[in-house]
Amino acid sequence: MSYIIDRRLNGKNKSSINRQRFLKRYRKHIKQSVTDAIKSRSITDLENGSEVTIPNKDLSEPIFHHGPGGINHRVFPGNKEFVVGDQLERPKGGGGGAGEGKASDSGEGEDEFSFQINRDEFLEFLFENLELPNMVKKQLQDSGDYKLIQAGFSNEGNPERINIVRSLRSAHARRIALSGSTRREIRALEKEQKELMEAADSKDKNQRLAEIEERLIELRAKVSKLPFLDTFDLKYNNLVRQPVPSSKAVMFCVMDVSGSMTQAIKDMAKRFFLLLYLFLQQAYKRIDVVFIRHHTQAKEVDEEEFFYSRETGGTIVSSAIALTGDVIEERYPTSEWNIYVAQASDGDNWDGDSDACRELLMKRVLPLVQYYAYVEITTGEHQNLWFEYEKLRQLYPESFAMRKIERTGDIYPVFRDLFSKQTEE
Amino acid sequence: MSAKPISTGSEWTFELLEAYDSAIAKEAEHFQLDTYPNQIEVITSEQMMDAYSSVGMPLNYNHWSFGKQFVSTHQNYRRGRMGLAYEIVINSSPCIAYLMEENTMTMQALVIAHACYGHNSFFKGNYLFKTWTNATAIIDYLVFAKHYIARCEEQYGIEEVESLLDSCHALMNYGVNRYKRPQPISAEEEKKRQKARSDILQQQVNDLWDTIPKKAESEEDSATANFRFPADPEENILYFLEKNAPLLEPWQREIIRIVRKVAQYFYPQKQTQVMNEGWACFWHYALLHSLYDKGLVTDGFMMEFLHSHTSVVYQPPFDSPYFSGINPYTLGYNMMQDIKRICENPKDEDREWFPEIAGSNWLETLHEAMHNYKDESFIQQYLSPHLMRKLKLFTISDDDSKDHLLVSAIHNEPGFRQLRADLAEQYNLGSREPNIQVYNVDVRGDRSLTLRHYLHSGRPLGDTTDDMLKHLHRLWGFDIHLESLSGDKVIKTHHCPPKLSESD
Repeated sequence: MSYIIDRRLNGKNKSSINRQRFLKRYRKHIKQSVTDAIKSRSITDLENGSEVTIPNKDLSEPIFHHGPGGINHRVFPGNKEFVVGDQLERPKGGGGGAGEGKASDSGEGEDEFSFQINRDEFLEFLFENLELPNMVKKQLQDSGDYKLIQAGFSNEGNPERINIVRSLRSAHARRIALSGSTRREIRALEKEQKELMEAADSKDKNQRLAEIEERLIELRAKVSKLPFLDTFDLKYNNLVRQPVPSSKAVMFCVMDVSGSMTQAIKDMAKRFFLLLYLFLQQAYKRIDVVFIRHHTQAKEVDEEEFFYSRETGGTIVSSAIALTGDVIEERYPTSEWNIYVAQASDGDNWDGDSDACRELLMKRVLPLVQYYAYVEITTGEHQNLWFEYEKLRQLYPESFAMRKIERTGDIYPVFRDLFSKQTEE
Repeated sequence: MSAKPISTGSEWTFELLEAYDSAIAKEAEHFQLDTYPNQIEVITSEQMMDAYSSVGMPLNYNHWSFGKQFVSTHQNYRRGRMGLAYEIVINSSPCIAYLMEENTMTMQALVIAHACYGHNSFFKGNYLFKTWTNATAIIDYLVFAKHYIARCEEQYGIEEVESLLDSCHALMNYGVNRYKRPQPISAEEEKKRQKARSDILQQQVNDLWDTIPKKAESEEDSATANFRFPADPEENILYFLEKNAPLLEPWQREIIRIVRKVAQYFYPQKQTQVMNEGWACFWHYALLHSLYDKGLVTDGFMMEFLHSHTSVVYQPPFDSPYFSGINPYTLGYNMMQDIKRICENPKDEDREWFPEIAGSNWLETLHEAMHNYKDESFIQQYLSPHLMRKLKLFTISDDDSKDHLLVSAIHNEPGFRQLRADLAEQYNLGSREPNIQVYNVDVRGDRSLTLRHYLHSGRPLGDTTDDMLKHLHRLWGFDIHLESLSGDKVIKTHHCPPKLSESD
């Protein structure tokens, strides 16, 4: 006798623990893939997971097996023209069907093992370097929720949203409006009828009474024909889906691209911009990103050019700040936009210019922005730009942050104040 | 065609599954297929992928390598690179067979015939399974293993347990007794013994190493020069480590034992792949045809079934892009059919080659073959010239001392015996895996462990050998030496940690 069991409703994620362990074990490789992915994708493209590739040789589970060499006999099917004694060239590298005699050995292919990780896992690995506190990680990973909010009343909607008080009130109003004159007449006739009843009998009186009676019946019928509730009266609660963050933000990425900025420094800067972008993403519905690069002159560019083209020359930071100010004034009125500026540099600036930077920031930029974050990516000494900026930090502790970064782990603290401010609200 | 077909559509229902199962069971009984009770479980494709990644077992301990398996199965399936198997069947009692819900009614019936009556009767009847596996206890044992390992993870940390399992998995092929037969023990007993065993075991190991303080007084005992431990070489390396590795904790020995037990459980399956699949294919073919003869299934059913059957037993020729070795389904199925043919319609050639079975009762002969052989001996015994011609088999000899490959035997009169021996050898696990045994422990010296690899046909060890020694080193805790012997001569050595003087 057989038992037939329906197991389809049993859990299907039996393997998730093993999968987690696998990911943990190959953390290093996955992180490398994530790092590569960051380099190749736009900083605004973070909705997707990523493909991870691990060379097979790093993954292998070794067993004792035979290497090539020695004497092997192997039987094949499908002989067409061979006879005993035929000599064949030894195929190179196991090409074609007749490879060397290792059919059952662990495959020695140079294939790579690749698989997908999802967005949350991707971000998890991305943040690992950045030493984010868990709370923040969660905030960033949670996909934005929509909130249904009350937005007045509407005449159309589905029955479960009927607002009873409103509907009855409107029915009442309609009934009053439509039957007002009729009921006024009824009241007058009733009054007259009552007076006539009390008066002395006469032929006129009886005739009048009969008329009144007749009229009253007619009028009452008319009133009672008015529907108690008309579809026209129905009022519905109007709910709209509103993304929790509903306002707009613009993020300025300002970076020095003078000769002293190496690709490694730019990669670190990219993470910094990325993190700011992620942060803004959870707080704002729409985000514009403006890339401004500068050496001695500033220029607004697209992302590709921003990160990957190199130029040589001196450095005048104030040119970029002035351009930022121009763009804000031109395109991003503060009444509509929350403005964030992230500036990355290796600290170099033309000597006489740092003072001008401070002036420009104070006068034109800082009053307009929500937050200005400056990172100096260098292992060397601070230079004059840093000292000028220090003065600014004292003046604008709320909206100006600066940090020296030597390794990626230093990036996060720049945001710490910003995040803590956010959670208080 | 008197009876009414069981079903006509392609949709299956639980009632229909039951109807087909009982009809097939009736036929199976008629052919004397003796089976464990069946437990047929309908699962989804996701669950099938889960089952794949825990080596087909309904439950297993956790390990990253199963996760890797899952990730790769999942990835390939999603990209449409592979279909999932229609079924998985587990050698247990009751015999658990998984059916995928996506299958059509025909496929479900095919799977029931194939797995629940074909494989099932093989598990119950074949001597290797009878000797090495205990179908009633395996699920219990896995439950025990899973809990035990989970507890170790809690107590000693996941990483610690994981690296131990890595080493054990690497040596899994050397965790079986190839020749010595076991004493079957039930799972409950296993559990009871486990605690007692771990205490005693630790004591015994300590005894072994107690010889060191005694060294001084037995100085004149020069016989020690020839003393070897173990006295005879040990082929079951994991067993040896479990019992004798000096530094392991009791829980580590128990985990080695678990891996060893699981390896031993799967060992018969590795040795009977051709027979097992051949047997199951032969019977799904026979059982469904008898249903058809009775009019219980429709022509459409048969067309779909035959289409699927034909693609399962297709053997691409060696020069086809789809060729990936000899298809065990083809070989096994054809051999089973061929035995039946020899019994029923022997030709002169068959009478000459198989005097003892030509003309005998085919059902008895087939059962006899199923019960008492494994792939290697089965091929050696039953592969007929007729079938070698049909499959157009030929042998290529690859001798690395020669410049060319040589066609050494083909499907003709002088070649049959050689061809058959070559093919049988290909299924000999003993020659497929390098022959490595524990040879000696330097008990009185640095406690190093020496293993010996006996070369077979001059085939050297592969490039993973040094990694493997690291795993051995982790378990043993002291130096490891591996000597490759050709005849009596040591031709190559490996060491862990590597010796600087010999940089080969």
